[in-house]
Amino acid sequence: MKITVTVNGTDYSRVVEPRLLLIHFLRDELRLTGSHWGCDTSNCGACVVWLDETPVKSCTVLAVMADGRRVTTIEGLPRNGALDPVQEAFAACHGLQCGFCTPGMIMTARWLLDQNPDPSTEEIREAISGQVCRCTGYENIVRSVRWAAKHDGRAGDRAGGDGA
Amino acid sequence: MQVPAQVEYEKAASVEQALALLARYGPGAKILAGGHSLIPMMKLRLAQPEVLIDINAIAGLRYIEPTADELRIGALARHADLLAATVAGEHFAILHDAERVIADPVVRQWGTIGGSLCQADPSEDLSAAFAALKGSMIIHGPDGSREVSARAFHTGPYQTVVGSDEMLTEIRLPIRLDGGSAYMKVARRIGDWPIGAAGAAVWLTDGGDRIADVGIGLTAVGATHFVAAEAEEFLRGRPATEETLAQAGEIAAEHCRPGSDQRGPADYKRHLVRELTARVLRLAVSRGRQTRGQVS
Repeated sequence: MKITVTVNGTDYSRVVEPRLLLIHFLRDELRLTGSHWGCDTSNCGACVVWLDETPVKSCTVLAVMADGRRVTTIEGLPRNGALDPVQEAFAACHGLQCGFCTPGMIMTARWLLDQNPDPSTEEIREAISGQVCRCTGYENIVRSVRWAAKHDGRAGDRAGGDGA
Repeated sequence: MQVPAQVEYEKAASVEQALALLARYGPGAKILAGGHSLIPMMKLRLAQPEVLIDINAIAGLRYIEPTADELRIGALARHADLLAATVAGEHFAILHDAERVIADPVVRQWGTIGGSLCQADPSEDLSAAFAALKGSMIIHGPDGSREVSARAFHTGPYQTVVGSDEMLTEIRLPIRLDGGSAYMKVARRIGDWPIGAAGAAVWLTDGGDRIADVGIGLTAVGATHFVAAEAEEFLRGRPATEETLAQAGEIAAEHCRPGSDQRGPADYKRHLVRELTARVLRLAVSRGRQTRGQVS
C-alpha cells in the first residue's frame, strides 16, 4: 500500500506492508533512528513520537494509520539549528545516562509543556509514568523538565506555530 | 521482534462504509480503532485478522455528550477524552476514577472506549464501570441499530454480542438523581492490568440513609458479566451503613471466581474483592450524600 506521511515537515511517500509498525517505518524506511525501538509491548515509551499533535507509542501504531498525517520525531524538535529547551535541559541537568529512553522522554515532556507550561513535579511524574528509564534516572529527568519549564522561551511560539 | 501477521487494510470514512466493508470481507475482518489493544494482540499473533477496517477517520464517532437523561459516549472517544470531560466526572465519578488508572497518559491519548469494550479483555476496567452504571451499548449492523445492556454485552473472555457484520457505535449511561459512584484498582505498577478492581454506583433514598438501587462491577476476578449480582441483591433496600457495606464486600468475594496467576493467588484476589468492594461502596455513598446536599 502506498502511503504519504509528513515527517518533521517533509513528505515521504513509500509503498509499505499494512503490518509495518510506525517505529520500523521511521527507523528502517526513513533512517530516522532517533526514535528508539525498545520493549515492543507499549510499556517502555522509548518509541514515543507525535502523530499530528499527540504523543503515541509508535510500536503500537501501523505506518498505514499515519497515511496523510504528520509525524514529529526527536529529529524534528530543533529549530533553526538550535536545540529545543527540553533537549538543552536534559543536557544541563544530566537527564540522560545511557540515553535509550531519552527521545521518548523528551517527546512526552515537550508535549506536556505545550499543554501545561509550568507543571509540578507530580504532574511531570504522571506524564512520564508510562515510560521506563532502565538506568532509573528519573530524578534528573523530572529535574530536566522543571528546568525546561523555567527556560522555555518557545511555548507561546509553539502554540501559535505549526506544531511541527 | 514482534510483528503482526500479514493483513490487508481498508479505511472507512463513515459507519455505513465500515458496515459495507465488514459485509464484503466477512468474519476475517476486524475493526481497527485506537489499536492499543488489537495491535499488541496481533503482534503476539493472538489475533490474526485478514483485513483491518480503520475507523479513525469517522470523526462523528468521537464525542461525549449529555442529553436530558443520559450521557452518550461515541465509540471512538479516546480514554483521554473521557478523563477530560467534566460532564462525565460530574455525573459519574467512577469514570474518572477508572480512567486515571487505565494504562498510562500516552496510551490514553489513543486507546478508544469502544475498542476497549470490544476487545473484551476480562481485566479491562470500563466494562465493570459501565456494568455498575447499568449502561447500554448501541450496535449498528446491516439491518439498523440495536441497544444491548452493558450487562449482556460480553459473552465470555474476549467475546461480545457484536456480530462479525456489526460495530459498536455508542455507549449510553442513564443519568439518575441521588447517586454516587467510585472505582478502585490494585495493580502491580502503572500501565499493568489489575490484580483486582471494583466499581460501585449507588442510588440513595430516605435522606441518603438507604440504598434504593446499586450496581457493583468487578474486574479481573471472574465475575459473570463483570457484575457482583448477589452483593447488589443483598444491598438493595438496606440501610447504607458501614456494616451492610462490609457485608456486601464479603458476599462479592464469596461469589466471584478469580484464578491464580502471576498477579497473585486466588485467595488474595478474593481478599481484594472484599476490601475494594466495601471501599468503593463507602466512597460512592459518601459522594451520593454530597450530591444530595448540593441539590437540596
